[in-house]
Amino acid sequence: MALLEVSDVTFSYGDRPVVDRVSIDVEEGEFLGFVGPNGSGKTTLLELMIGLRRPDSGSVTLFGDPAHESKHGGRIGFVPQDVANTNGEMPITVREAVRMGRYPHRLAGRFTRADRDAVDTALQRVEIGDLADRRIGRLSGGQRQRAFIARALASKADLLALDEPTVGVDAESREAFYDLLHDLNREGITIVLIEHDIGIVTTHASEIACLNRELFFHGDPETFVETDALADAYGGSQSLVHHHH
Amino acid sequence: MATLLPSGPATPSVFGQVGSVDGILRFVLDDVWGAGLDVLAGLTGVDMLASPFMQRAYLAALCIAVIGPLVGSFLVHREMAMIGDTLAHSAFAGVAAGLFVNATLSVTVAPLLTALLVAAVAALLVQTLVDYAGAYRDTSLAIVLTGSFAVGSVLVTATDGGIAVGINAYLFGSLATVSRTNAAILLVMGVVVTAAVTLAYRPLVYVTFDEVGARAAGLTVTRYNRLLAVLTAVVVVGAMQIMGVILVAAMLVIPVAAATSVRGFKRSIGAAVCAGLLATTTGVTLSYLYDIAAGGTIVLVAIGIYAAAKAGVRARRYVSRRRRTPDTAVSAATAAKPDGGDDE
Repeated sequence: MALLEVSDVTFSYGDRPVVDRVSIDVEEGEFLGFVGPNGSGKTTLLELMIGLRRPDSGSVTLFGDPAHESKHGGRIGFVPQDVANTNGEMPITVREAVRMGRYPHRLAGRFTRADRDAVDTALQRVEIGDLADRRIGRLSGGQRQRAFIARALASKADLLALDEPTVGVDAESREAFYDLLHDLNREGITIVLIEHDIGIVTTHASEIACLNRELFFHGDPETFVETDALADAYGGSQSLVHHHH
Repeated sequence: MATLLPSGPATPSVFGQVGSVDGILRFVLDDVWGAGLDVLAGLTGVDMLASPFMQRAYLAALCIAVIGPLVGSFLVHREMAMIGDTLAHSAFAGVAAGLFVNATLSVTVAPLLTALLVAAVAALLVQTLVDYAGAYRDTSLAIVLTGSFAVGSVLVTATDGGIAVGINAYLFGSLATVSRTNAAILLVMGVVVTAAVTLAYRPLVYVTFDEVGARAAGLTVTRYNRLLAVLTAVVVVGAMQIMGVILVAAMLVIPVAAATSVRGFKRSIGAAVCAGLLATTTGVTLSYLYDIAAGGTIVLVAIGIYAAAKAGVRARRYVSRRRRTPDTAVSAATAAKPDGGDDE
């Protein structure tokens, strides 16, 4: 059974469907990249996948349970879209943010040695151990992304869901960030991410899904670049989007 | 606690329980707090500390200084600072309702109790409006704020004007409203709020930092949002006696704002409580010495602390910058920023 099964899912805001009869399975260990124009329902689909929204029709099954009532919060690591904009006034330190990864497992009561070790290991794994006592709002965009990844690692998440994680991150940090994702994926973590940069996502993802309300393509990156799915999804304006970034 | 009890016959078990709570409160108020300040007055020679009136005022100041910033820290960092003001105005409607009932019907209810009830309902209403009606957060706050003040003003004028006098004390706050009963209520509120925040600290801080992430992690965010709203209502009603409806939101916001440059969320709460303590005790003392409004004095002292804290941070940043590289201070500072220059 797939780790995540989306079958015939439709979701609308009011009477405007943003996700229309989409079916897609994510196998354990997969690295799935979503591409598609702005407003194509990528974020909504990602939110449906991790249970933040309930489908109008169809079903999403995550770890064997309906996603929206899933009790597997500790197995999901989510990196939201606007991480890079975390308010600079927020006094929360990197370590405090990473400790939150343990909260689904220990909502009250003292942290055990295992909890603290998980936090330390996660900080070291993404190489921000030296930033642990900095305020998270004062980090650069790339460092902040790593802190959120560390939070997911501290939680021992099996699934990492990222919504345009490298918006506002410089090119060099972006490469390093994708290298990290690549390594984590090889270590067994399933990754689903939205990325506007088609070049970078086709380089790193093992599967590509091209979305514009409906699913236009789902398959490996090599096939994707040879098809017209992108042009179809973007309505023939993909070159414009390409050069935009 | 006498006014809290229903005037009708009560069952013995209820009496027994209230009696034991009353006993604990009497012990804390008289034997611990009162006696402690008496000793302090004897040691320092400050007579003010020995007066029961000021002892109650200082106790209230202490409670407000703890619970205001404690709850306010979660509000300010979620950019919900104005919810305190909204709930204060709904608490005003509650006070008016209590006084109205007292004036027109032959029952006695403590206005603080009706204030708490109405503010808690308003808190849940605001959350529901935001959650389900899809209203903008500040729009729903504005609707509930003006709506409850409207209810309050209608109730105040619906009687012959007799309660308009009583309402003034609640609008502007006064040390005189801190009766023994009210001090006891405030103490209980303080303990309840502190216990609730301590128990729910982790989910509250998660939701404050990253609400969507908290939902993805399986936390029931709505529940903690409601808890925070109701705790805010409790704080507002408790602090209202001294601060007044119009100024009470200040204790949720200003000490927290003064402490934002402290690194770490827990430490920043601690610093905010310290700022609050300094503001309330100084404010109450000045208010007594110069016979000026306690609420206003406390807010002005708090703003002074805020300004001093901000100026201190800026001065320290300036000094450390100059010390590091006297010649290229500006370029070093700008270069340090992208990799996460910490301004603290």
